[in-house]
Amino acid sequence: MQFSELWLRTMCNPPVDSAELCERLTMAGLEVEEAKPAAPPFTGVVVGRIDAVAPHPNADRLRVCTVDVGAAAPLTVVCGAPNAAAGMLAPCAREGAALPGGLVIERATMRGVESHGMLCSAKELGIADDASGLLALDPSLAPGTPLRDALALDDTLITLKITPNRADCLALAGIAREVAAITGAPLALPAPAAVPVAFAGTRPVRVDAPEACPRFVARLIDGIDAKAPTPAWMKQRLERSGIRSISAVVDITNYVMIEMGQPLHAYDDRLLDGAIVVRFARDGEKLTLLNGQLLELVSDLLLVADEGKPLGLAGIMGGEHSGIADDTTRVYLEGAFWSPAVIQGKMRRLGFVSDAGYRFERGVDFDGCARAVERATQLVIDICGGRAGPLTDATAPADLPRRDPVRVRAARVARILGVAVAASAIADALTRLGLPFTRDGDDSVVAPPPRRFDLAIEEDFVEEVARIHGYDRIPAKPAAHVQHMLPDPEAQRSRHAIKRTLAALDWQEIVTFGFVSSSVEAALDPAAVPVRVLNPIAAQLDVMRTSLLPGLIETLKTNVKRRAPRVRVFELARVFHRAGAGYEQPVRLGGLAWGHALPEQWGEPARHVDFFDVKGDLEALAAPRRVETRRGAHAALHPGRAAEILVDGRAAGWLGELHPRLVRHFELPTPPVVFEADIAAFTEGALPAGRPVSRVPVVRRDLALVVAESVPAQGLLDTLARASPPHVIAVSLFDVYRGPGLTEGRKSLAILVLMQDTSRTLTDADIDATETLLLSVAAEKFGAELRR
Amino acid sequence: MTDLATILASARAEFAACTDAAALENAKARYLGKAGALTELLKGLAQLSATDRPAAGAAINDAKRELESALAARRAALADAKLAAQLAADALDVSLPGRGRGAGTLHPLSRVLERFESLFRSLGFAVADGPEIEDDFHNFTALNTPENHPARSMQDTFYVEGGMVLRTHTSPIQVRYMETHAPPIKIIAPGRVYRVDSDATHSPMFHQVEGLWIDRDVSFADLKGVLTEFLRRFFERDDLKVRFRPSFFPFTEPSAEIDMAFGDGGWLEIAGSGQVHPNVLRAVGIDPEQYQGFAFGMGPDRLAMLRYGVNDLRLFYENDLRFLRQFA
Repeated sequence: MQFSELWLRTMCNPPVDSAELCERLTMAGLEVEEAKPAAPPFTGVVVGRIDAVAPHPNADRLRVCTVDVGAAAPLTVVCGAPNAAAGMLAPCAREGAALPGGLVIERATMRGVESHGMLCSAKELGIADDASGLLALDPSLAPGTPLRDALALDDTLITLKITPNRADCLALAGIAREVAAITGAPLALPAPAAVPVAFAGTRPVRVDAPEACPRFVARLIDGIDAKAPTPAWMKQRLERSGIRSISAVVDITNYVMIEMGQPLHAYDDRLLDGAIVVRFARDGEKLTLLNGQLLELVSDLLLVADEGKPLGLAGIMGGEHSGIADDTTRVYLEGAFWSPAVIQGKMRRLGFVSDAGYRFERGVDFDGCARAVERATQLVIDICGGRAGPLTDATAPADLPRRDPVRVRAARVARILGVAVAASAIADALTRLGLPFTRDGDDSVVAPPPRRFDLAIEEDFVEEVARIHGYDRIPAKPAAHVQHMLPDPEAQRSRHAIKRTLAALDWQEIVTFGFVSSSVEAALDPAAVPVRVLNPIAAQLDVMRTSLLPGLIETLKTNVKRRAPRVRVFELARVFHRAGAGYEQPVRLGGLAWGHALPEQWGEPARHVDFFDVKGDLEALAAPRRVETRRGAHAALHPGRAAEILVDGRAAGWLGELHPRLVRHFELPTPPVVFEADIAAFTEGALPAGRPVSRVPVVRRDLALVVAESVPAQGLLDTLARASPPHVIAVSLFDVYRGPGLTEGRKSLAILVLMQDTSRTLTDADIDATETLLLSVAAEKFGAELRR
Repeated sequence: MTDLATILASARAEFAACTDAAALENAKARYLGKAGALTELLKGLAQLSATDRPAAGAAINDAKRELESALAARRAALADAKLAAQLAADALDVSLPGRGRGAGTLHPLSRVLERFESLFRSLGFAVADGPEIEDDFHNFTALNTPENHPARSMQDTFYVEGGMVLRTHTSPIQVRYMETHAPPIKIIAPGRVYRVDSDATHSPMFHQVEGLWIDRDVSFADLKGVLTEFLRRFFERDDLKVRFRPSFFPFTEPSAEIDMAFGDGGWLEIAGSGQVHPNVLRAVGIDPEQYQGFAFGMGPDRLAMLRYGVNDLRLFYENDLRFLRQFA
C-alpha cells in the first residue's frame, strides 16, 4: 500500500516529522517498507509562463522564450525543448537555482543570446522519467509560484506492508485512524453528504445470491462529460499511490477506493440490458475481462450480470464490454459488499490479482458502501458534471457478517501479556482505536466495527490493547516457571555427535536441496519413482530425492570443477519415498569420498581412497556396534564393489564404488566411494556393562588359511567363531595374501585366534585341539587348507 | 718412587688418547696386564728389604687403584660419547608436519543449530522433529489458515503429487507435537523448509527453528524474556538490542515480529512469534482457558549470516569446500 504522506496528513496530522511517523507506524504493526521523497531536493525553480517564443538567430534547434516568472520583468530564456510554446506553463529554474545532480543555473550566453534561466523537463527535476520536453504545468497556476509548493513536491511516498488481517489499512482512512490512535492527533475523515437527487432514473437490482452479496448499492448519474480531464490534484494523489490516471470516472473510483477503502465499479449505462442481476455463473458462460482475459466461467464464480449477459466478475474485475468510454453520458456506479469467502482463492485460480479483489477477499467495511458511492457521485458531478439518480440499496441484513460483542477481561489481558494493564488503560486503548464498548466492572464489552474483520475474539482485542499500550512497554520477563531437567538417554547419540565424529574422521558436512533433477534420479536408479514437485522453482529441481546421492555427486562435481584435489563429504538429511498412499521420509546419512585416501603428505604414500577406507570410518563411527558388509546389489554401484551395510547384524544401508557407467555419465575423473545408511543405526546404542577381566594368560595362535577367491572372509570368520569352544575369545583377520606360493584363484587369510579360559591356564593339549577343530571346520565348510 | 709417578702419568695420557674400547683395553694391558708396568713393579717388591717392602707395596697398590679408577672413568666417557653419537645420528627433523588424516568441519548451519539446541536445552526446551512433505492440514488448516485464506499468499508454497506440500515453515511440528503430547509442552523444532523464492537473501530451501512453550501462564512477557535472552546469548552480547513489533500470523494472537539491531541503526527481522492462537489449541484438544503459551519461528540461516559475516545466503547451499572449511 503506497500513498502520499501529505494526503494522509489531510485526515490526521500529528505533530511529528516523516521519520518519526514512519517509526510509529512500524511499531504499531503497519510496517513501513519504504519511504522516499516525492522529488529530490532542488531550489530556485518556479512556475513560468511562456509569453512568447522566437527563433534563435544562430541555432536551428534553439528558441528564445520570454518567460513570465511573476517578477516585474519577464526573463529571456534560451530553450531547446520541442514542446515550448507560447501560453504554456512550465518549470523555470531561475539564476542561482540548484537542480538535482548538482547543476547550478547561471546566466549564460548561448550562441550569442543571453539566457537568464532554464525551462525544465520532469526528468531534469527528478520527478519523472519524461525527458522528451518541458513539463507542462496546470494552466491555472500563478507564474512565480515556487514549483515545490505548486506541485506539493515536499511530500513522502510511504509504502506500508499491510498484513492480511488489516484490510482496513488498505485505505488512507484506515491508516489515518491508526495514526490518530497511536499519536492522539485529531481525526478528520471525509464525511460525504448525500448528493441531492436531480434525476429519477434507476435500474432494478436482483440479488440471487444474498449470502455472497449481502449489500449492493448503486446509482445512475446522467449527463456526464466522460472526456472531462482529471484534476491535477487527483492525478497527483493517484500517481503517488502508484495508480496510473486513465479517465476521470475511472480515476474517481480508484481515488475513492484509496481514500475510503471501498472498491467501486462504473458501467456505461447504454450497454446494460434490463435489471442488474447478482448471480453465480452458469457452466460454460463466457466473459472477457477488462484485462483482455477471456474466461470460461464455472458455477462458483459470482457475477454481476444484466438480463442478457455477464457484466463482470463480482468484486474482482469488470468486463471489457460494459466499461466507460469517451462518449459515455450516463454512468451506473456500483459499490457493493462481497462476502470475502466468495472472493477468496478465485484470483489465485485465475492467475491475476486486482486491487478490488485484493481488498474484498480480506474484507471491506460493509457499512461504507453508500458513503463511498455518495463520495464518488459528488466527485463525478464536480468533475464531469451530470445529475444524480436515487440510491439503490439492496441489503440482506441477515447475510451481513455477524459482529457479536466480545467480552475483554482485564485479568485475561494481564494473563496473556504477563503484565497487568489497568482497566482504564484498556478503555483508553479501545477509545483511541474508535472501538465502541461498554464497561462491566474490570471487563469491557466491545462491539467490533464493520471495518475491522480482524477483531472477533478476546485475544484479538488483547493484541489491540498491547499495540496501543506499546509492545515495548511489556517487560521482557526472565522466565520464572517450574523447571525440570530434560531426559538425557545415555545409550543414544545425538545427530550432532554423529556429525562431529564424522568431521573428526576427515569428512566435511554439506547441506543440499531436498529437490533434485528427475534426470539425475533416473540415471542413478532407473527403477526409482521419485515424488514430483508440481511447481518446481527450476526445471532441474523437479523431484524429491530418493537418496542423498544426487546432492553428494553434485557437490563432488562443483568442487572438482574448482580443482579440489580431494573430496570427502557427508550429509544428514531426509530422503523421500512413496509408501502406499503417503510418503516415507527417513533421515539418512550419506557420504562420498573421492581422490586420495589421505591429504597429500610426506610420510605416507599417495593412493586413492577405496571401499575399505570408507568402511573403516563407518566402523569407527558405529563403534562399539559392529559394522559388516556383505555383497549386495545397488543400481548406482559397481556390481563387484557394492555391499550391504549391516550394523550389529541389522541391514542399515549400502556402500560401494560408483558404477563406471555413472562415473562417465557425471564426467568424473575417477570413481568415488559412496554410502548411505539409516541414521538410527548410528544413533542407537546400548549402555556399556562392565565385566571382570580374567587374570589367566591369553594364548594366541595364528592360522594361515588358503581358500578360493570367492570365499567371503567374514563368512569364514563367522563360521569359525560359531564353531569355537567358549575359551576362544576372539577370531579375527590380520592379513590377506595373494601371489607367489599360491595357485591362481586362491588367497591366504591370516587369522589370529585368542584363547583364554576364565578360571585355568589352558594346556598345550587344549590349544592344539582347538586349532585342529578350527582347521577341520574351515576345511569342511570352505575347502580351506593350512598354508605351508 | 719417581717411577710410579711416571708410570701413572703416562698411563693417564695413554687412556685419554684412546678413542675406542679396544684401544683402551690394550692400554690397560700395558700397565695392569701380566707383563704390565705396574705388575712388573709388584713383582720387583720381592727384591726390596722387609722394611721398605710394606711402604712400597702400599704405594704400588694405591697407584693401581688410581689407575683402575682412571680406566673406569675413561670407559664410561667412551660409552657416553658413543651413545651421544648414536642419538645424534637418530635425530628427527621435528619441524616436519604430522602424519595422517585431515579433519572436516560441520556445516555452518549445523553449528548454529547445535547452538540453538544447547542454549534452549539449558532453559528446558526439548527437541522435536517432523516431516518435510507435509499435508495441507498440518501446514495450514490446523494453524488457523483455512483454504483460500489470504494469509496463504504470505508464503509461496511448493506442491507435490498427492495433494501434499513441502512444508513452508516448521510450525506444523507444533501441531504434530501437541496432537501427541499434553501440556506442559516446551520444545524447539529445527528443520528444513521450502518456499518458492530465490535470490541473495532467499533460498528455495532454508531452515527454521520453531519454538513452542505451552503451560498455565506462559505469557507474552515470557516470550520477550526468552527470546531476548536467547539472542543475547547466541551473539554473546549483553547489549544487543531486540525489539518486538506487532505483526500478523494466523496461528498467533497477539503476534510479534522480532527485530534485532545490526550495523549502525538498522533492524533485521529475525523471527515471527506470538501467543498461540486459541483456535490452534482447540484444534488439538487443548483448552485455551486452561493453557496458553507462545510460539516462534526463527531463521537460523539469517543468524548464521550475521554471526559469521556471510552476505550471500546461497553460499550456504553451494557447498564449495573452500567456503565450508572456514567454519572449523
